[in-house]
Amino acid sequence: MSTWDRFVETFFNAKVMVKYLPDILSGMVVTIELAVLIVLSGLFAGLVLALLRALAIRPLNWLIIFVVDLFRSLPPLVIIVLIYFGLPAAGVSPSGFVSTWLSLAFVLMAFSEEIFWAGITSIPKGQWEASRSTGLSFGQTLINVVLPQALRLTIPPLTNRTIAITKGTALGTVVAVAEILGQASSAVSNSYNPSPLMMGAAAYLVLFLPVVVAARWIETKFAWKR
Amino acid sequence: MSKPIVEAREIHKHFGHLHVLKGVDLEVAERELVFVIGPSGSGKSTLLRCLNRLEEPSSGSVVVDGIDMLDPRTDINHARQRIGMVFQSFNLYPHMTALGNVTLALRKVAGKSRGEADVLGMAALERVGLADRAGHTPGQLSGGQQQRVAIARAIALEPRVMLFDEPTSALDPELVGSVLEVMRDLRQSGMTMIVVSHEMGFARNAADRVVFMDDGLIVEQGPPAAIFENPTQERTRAFIGQIQRH
Ligand SMILES: Nc1ncnc2c1ncn2[C@@H]1O[C@H](COP(=O)(O)OP(=O)(O)OP(=O)(O)O)[C@@H](O)[C@H]1O
Ligand SMILES: [Mg+2]
Repeated sequence: MSTWDRFVETFFNAKVMVKYLPDILSGMVVTIELAVLIVLSGLFAGLVLALLRALAIRPLNWLIIFVVDLFRSLPPLVIIVLIYFGLPAAGVSPSGFVSTWLSLAFVLMAFSEEIFWAGITSIPKGQWEASRSTGLSFGQTLINVVLPQALRLTIPPLTNRTIAITKGTALGTVVAVAEILGQASSAVSNSYNPSPLMMGAAAYLVLFLPVVVAARWIETKFAWKR
Repeated sequence: MSKPIVEAREIHKHFGHLHVLKGVDLEVAERELVFVIGPSGSGKSTLLRCLNRLEEPSSGSVVVDGIDMLDPRTDINHARQRIGMVFQSFNLYPHMTALGNVTLALRKVAGKSRGEADVLGMAALERVGLADRAGHTPGQLSGGQQQRVAIARAIALEPRVMLFDEPTSALDPELVGSVLEVMRDLRQSGMTMIVVSHEMGFARNAADRVVFMDDGLIVEQGPPAAIFENPTQERTRAFIGQIQRH
């Protein structure tokens, strides 16, 4: 057996790959479910926090900044482990799936709040004044005048950050979530062959490469021209 | 002189330690055009902004069209519809078309349907000569056109008073004329106007009264000819002399 054959036999073993393909596919479904939940809830919560911060209520803003800085400082894995192994001590036992979802959603919330906030504050004061001088309220100005401009500015950094955090779904393996990496590594230990890991890597590429390419396109499309 | 439509009394404004307005009284009659001049930092913009409460006066009273602007019970958003404001930097909404800029407050504040707002908005754009640019965004318009859209945005709400804060200062000289022409038109239609500007030619032939401010106070006021030709105060004379040399 040549070295090449041995290499293919080891990393791209057809028998093993066929056998574990359904597992990897089901892992992809779990990863997609997790990713969609994280993106939707994380961005929504981040936007809500940024809007609350715009109200400029001092104690509330201190609280928001504290929470945001907390989740920006902690490694996501630490948050996952804390929720999964720590919360049961307080009487709630979230599943690995829920722990991973919540943790990464909190992290995305924190980073996206900062990005939304930077977008809101970068809108010139004159926009607020023009709108308020025609009788629009604070909230109406925020929603109709400031936010549409701010969101446009935030799309490129937000896309990048969202991709980076969503890839963290692989951390779910640690708390037994059957996402791609989890499926792949248990397939490896059952088959004594690393081919499922190659399938796992391919699965991540299939999921994330189109998103990364789309992000590149979005970035050029939404570059702000005045 | 008819009854005053703007009555500001004893307006003081502090920014921290900075005492910017030091007891300003200003009465403006209906259909009057008051022109405000004064050196940079004398408080002209701050005074205008106190009139529609974009800036909160530290003390004093402001009554516009019978509405006490500083009364906490006053619905300030409702009151502001009656006071149009035009800014030096236009401040058009860059993500909306000209018509979108003009109709936003009509829809959100005046409660018009989109159809009604579009009709009123087009009429306002017509008045400033830009009906054919309704679908353009601010980025596609010249400075003079942007400022005229900003004027249309204010007059669409049918205000009782219009405030102009250096409306032509950011414009290339060849674009100033078109904006002044729109302002002259407005004046002809009987709009009450308070104008902060350096366009002395416009002041001479359109203003009823010129107000000279210095260091947070109104130093002197009167008909344009009197202020420009025979100022009684030394500070006014110095300022007029300075701007006429330019
Ligand atoms: N928001 C603010 N905070 C602190 N200081 C301010 C603020 N707005 C204005 N000032 C100060 O108040 C003074 C008067 O400003 P204002 O803009 O009313 O002057 P102005 O007469 O309009 O001058 P210009 O001709 O340069 O526009 C200036 O010293 C300015 O620095
Ligand atoms: Mg000014």
